[in-house]
Amino acid sequence: MFGLDKKDSTLLLIVALLTMLAPFILNPFPTDSGLAQFNAGYPDLMQRFVIFGIFAIGFNILFGLTGYLSFGHAAFLGVGSYSAVWMFKLLSMNILPAILLSVVIAGLFALVIGFVSLRRTGIYFSILTLAFAQMSFALAYSVLTPLTNGETGLQLTLDDPRILGASATADGSIPVTNLFGLEMRAATDMVVGPWSFTFSVGYYVCAVVMLISFYLAIRIFRSPFGMMLRAIKSNQQRLNYTGLNPKPYTLAAFVISGMYAGLAGGLMAAMDPLAGAERMQWTASGEVVLMTILGGAGTLIGPVLGAGAIKYMENIFSKINDNVLHGWFAFLPDGIEDFVVFVIHPFVGKGWHLTLGIIFMLVVTFLPGGLVEGGQRIARFFNRKKADDPKSASTEPAE
Amino acid sequence: MDAIILQVLNGLDKGSAYALIALGLTLIFGTLGVVNFAHGALFMIGAFCSVTLQRILNLSFETVDPTRTDFLGNPLKVKTPYVESWFGPEMGSTIIDWSVPLAILFAIPIMILIGFVMERGLIKHFYKRPHADQILVTFGLAIVLQEVIKYFYGANPIQTPAPEALTGVAQLTSTIVYPIWRIVYFCFAVAIIGAVFAFLQFTTFGMVVRAGMADRETVGLLGIDIDKRFTLMFGLAAAVAGLAGVMYGPINAPNYHMGMDFLVLSFVVVVVGGMGSLPGAVAAGFLLGILESFASMKEVITLVPGINQIIIYLVAIVILLTRPRGLMGRKGVME
Amino acid sequence: MSKLNVTRRGVIKTGAVAGAGLALPTYLSAASHSGYTNAPTGSTVTLGFNVPQTGPYADEGADELRAYELAVEHLNGGGDGGMLSTFSSKALDGTGILGKKVEYVTGDTQTKSDAARASAKSMIEKDGAIMITGGSSSGVAIAVQGLCQEAGVIFMAGLTHSNDTTGKDKKANGFRHFFNGYMSGAALAPVLAKMYGNDRKAYHLTADYTWGWTQQESIAAATEALGWETVNNVLTPLAATDFSSYIAPVLNSGADVLVLNHYGGNMVNSLTNAVQFGLREKVVNGKDFEIVVPLYSRLMAKGAGANVKGIFGSTNWHWSLQDEGSKAFVKSFGTKYGFPPSQAAHTCYVQTLLYADAAQRAGSFNPCAIAEALEGFEFDGLGNGPTLYRAEDHQCFKDVLVVKGKDNPTSEFDLLEIVEVTPRAQVEYAPDHPMFAGGSLGSCNPGA
Repeated sequence: MFGLDKKDSTLLLIVALLTMLAPFILNPFPTDSGLAQFNAGYPDLMQRFVIFGIFAIGFNILFGLTGYLSFGHAAFLGVGSYSAVWMFKLLSMNILPAILLSVVIAGLFALVIGFVSLRRTGIYFSILTLAFAQMSFALAYSVLTPLTNGETGLQLTLDDPRILGASATADGSIPVTNLFGLEMRAATDMVVGPWSFTFSVGYYVCAVVMLISFYLAIRIFRSPFGMMLRAIKSNQQRLNYTGLNPKPYTLAAFVISGMYAGLAGGLMAAMDPLAGAERMQWTASGEVVLMTILGGAGTLIGPVLGAGAIKYMENIFSKINDNVLHGWFAFLPDGIEDFVVFVIHPFVGKGWHLTLGIIFMLVVTFLPGGLVEGGQRIARFFNRKKADDPKSASTEPAE
Repeated sequence: MDAIILQVLNGLDKGSAYALIALGLTLIFGTLGVVNFAHGALFMIGAFCSVTLQRILNLSFETVDPTRTDFLGNPLKVKTPYVESWFGPEMGSTIIDWSVPLAILFAIPIMILIGFVMERGLIKHFYKRPHADQILVTFGLAIVLQEVIKYFYGANPIQTPAPEALTGVAQLTSTIVYPIWRIVYFCFAVAIIGAVFAFLQFTTFGMVVRAGMADRETVGLLGIDIDKRFTLMFGLAAAVAGLAGVMYGPINAPNYHMGMDFLVLSFVVVVVGGMGSLPGAVAAGFLLGILESFASMKEVITLVPGINQIIIYLVAIVILLTRPRGLMGRKGVME
Repeated sequence: MSKLNVTRRGVIKTGAVAGAGLALPTYLSAASHSGYTNAPTGSTVTLGFNVPQTGPYADEGADELRAYELAVEHLNGGGDGGMLSTFSSKALDGTGILGKKVEYVTGDTQTKSDAARASAKSMIEKDGAIMITGGSSSGVAIAVQGLCQEAGVIFMAGLTHSNDTTGKDKKANGFRHFFNGYMSGAALAPVLAKMYGNDRKAYHLTADYTWGWTQQESIAAATEALGWETVNNVLTPLAATDFSSYIAPVLNSGADVLVLNHYGGNMVNSLTNAVQFGLREKVVNGKDFEIVVPLYSRLMAKGAGANVKGIFGSTNWHWSLQDEGSKAFVKSFGTKYGFPPSQAAHTCYVQTLLYADAAQRAGSFNPCAIAEALEGFEFDGLGNGPTLYRAEDHQCFKDVLVVKGKDNPTSEFDLLEIVEVTPRAQVEYAPDHPMFAGGSLGSCNPGA
């Protein structure tokens, strides 16, 4: 299918199914039950899952294939967001030109930074990219405020000089981002018994873009170009001796992954037209590194899983407060209830960072290949049990 | 002229903190080949050692003073530290006043212990793993350490003042004054750096470690148990970071995320200094500290707006592009 | 995983037939059945408390959350009722809002615009929150205010001090009870002139982002009007931890007052460093050198420790106020948590009450009805004297406190003493004041 071998086609198909059915899969608990807290199937978080998935897929093309660890990738995402918001402000609320511009600008930005940074390897390269990103962040936060609106972040206003389209709608509010009239924030609820599922236009736009990106990533991984990148990772010197210059290949990989980041940034702005400088801070760059390693660097599906895991923790665990805990354990006798809440309390709500840190340590210690290895182990476990079930191996990544 | 001298002093002072943290990082890089993202957290824990000691010394019993009331109108509970009741108010308050210098004694064993536990319990398993895995596990550890501190001490900064005798300013020349504690901090940093270098240079232990840094395998083949020594080095690096933290407390009040604030900067310092080079790390620390101070002068900012925001990164880029391995980097280390 | 899918798909298939007719357009789509976003249908109404729970402002966020929980308790008739008994409007009766029990969800802003918006969105999209409130920085407040405007819910700002929140970034769905940079300047300047004289030379250190700029502009304008001279204004990076290289040039600049336009960790460090450099013992131009911190908070004062003694600043509210409203609030907060509330806690508590009261008076949760009830609303008994929610920019006008670091604190909470309660008339300004110009409220958005 689409020039992929059977294994890759299966993987793509599964990813497609998972993303298309995400509103169901992520809302497994009835709306009124106590466990509804764990439901992640609302538009904003689903959009974040796939957008950060795109970001991580792109990062993995550079890091997973060439081994070059960029610590400044968030700069491209930030630049993409700023370009997209400026496009909304100046041209039109259609997301297509905005996203195109963000990809192009991020690509150019990556070309310049990559050209300079790739003159060094190893940790020297990492620090160069980090330095460029931190400079972008610091300037965007302060000196470049006319361009970036600094601390507050670039937002749409009622007097934007939009060339194609009105500055404000008839009822005096800011127009909504759309794809040829299809509003990004439009959504439909489907109520099935106690469950409620939300289908959002924005999410499906993001999901389609992610599937295309994922498909392209598979093609890159399987292409001679991808092979060349792996060669760079395994032994750059040997490559040099064979008379090949690895530089253009790494630069190409850098720019491609920068464009992925720009795409993610553009999409993020398309879903929610705001671009803040914090998107470029080193913590944001670090986050995508963590996502990739957590999921499994060098695998196709790993980075997406890692992105999902971290965003899930950030958005779901941080919202569990004592009140919710008491609600869950209300069936226990008072003393025991208080004790259980007391034990869980440090790990949720304002303590969600703690859980995140512990998960990082556990995963990397016991699953050296990241979450993907966890999946593989489970798959192998089931394979041994029911060798005749072909479906269970399907979550296994291609790498 | 005075302004320039003052900024050099400021730079040396900032540089002291950078150099001390970078020194510990390089020891771990150089000896163990581990990227330790938890090093900033060790610095932070050092600072909280002195907060903890201060808390211990201030442990108090309460007596009710019926003549005064608290904010709810109840009788006021007056707290008296045990130390003051044991040693008399005067001696007691002197001990509390000197809690930061005392915390040095308190911090050394704790930091070495933390270093040992970290190395034996966690880092040891990651020697053969890719650097990316090391980053993930030490970053996770850094988050955990920092959240634990936040759980017990809150997110607000907590003052750990210097002893009364060492606060205030010293008159250096007729026109230049400088805070005494900052001078103390600089001297302290120089002493620690000197001690670490002397230790590595003049003791047999240090010689073995240096040999191990250069070629671990050969040293191992000679029948030397290099692992044990490397564990000790990890403890030493943790102690250096911790002491830097203890002494930094009076300059800026410790808070739970101060480690993260320094982490990225200290990585830049280490790399600018050159991977695997201890003198490089120290030199880069002081160099970046001084340049950062000059960049924050109004005259410079007017000339180049925003330069104070980016100077460190700009210098890093320039140095790394002109000198491929930083100031004094060794060939083949994490390249 | 795949097995799970099959079973669920089975469930859905059977359910879909029945559910097809039930598929309803939601709050965000063009046509809605309810008329406004997240109209409460059951016996409860959900409020969203979006405060920093991680990052440098986590303690402030925790105090805000305590205040919100207390407010919810009081609205539902629990506790001692707190300020409900002193509030001039008697619409609320302790049976929730409009007969619906108040419930709440919490989230973490991380003091980042992106995270704050994500958290607010999840409250709106997933939990059905009808109102979002909280925050501890202006960047976050403005970002979330913009989001609430688009989504069609009310935003009751928490701690946000930038002029822009109700100035160039004001929104029809957003309301601020907290005071702002202009008011700080207007309240502080006369006190400073009285204490320190009219011929002072001020040196400003300013946090290099929008809040810092607007505050610096306000303070400089207010002090210059009284004869002060602004010698210099140096912008400091947000990420700065050591301010020595910014403080040292002050020594020989000829200035005799240092104004620190910093907040949070920046303020603690810059003040600590300034004291370290002996600025307080210095004599310049024959006058004692003085330091001013225009925006004070008790939590920050605690972080700065002994360094705050004798230093002037302004604050929105302080627990030592002796009016009935403040006393009632301090009593119920102190009884429940064991220590007095901060100004952030106060503003958040009051905002929740004001929202509830507006809904009660309007007889509806429709954001437009609530906005109408809040606009031009005059009230008293909430701790700051007679207060007006001005219709033109949704800013509250009330007395502002000028405070000073206490020389002999009796407890770890007793750090500030009130020097003057600046009357409301003195801090009022025209809605089209140049420092607030450039934006417009737009029209209220019910999200339908």
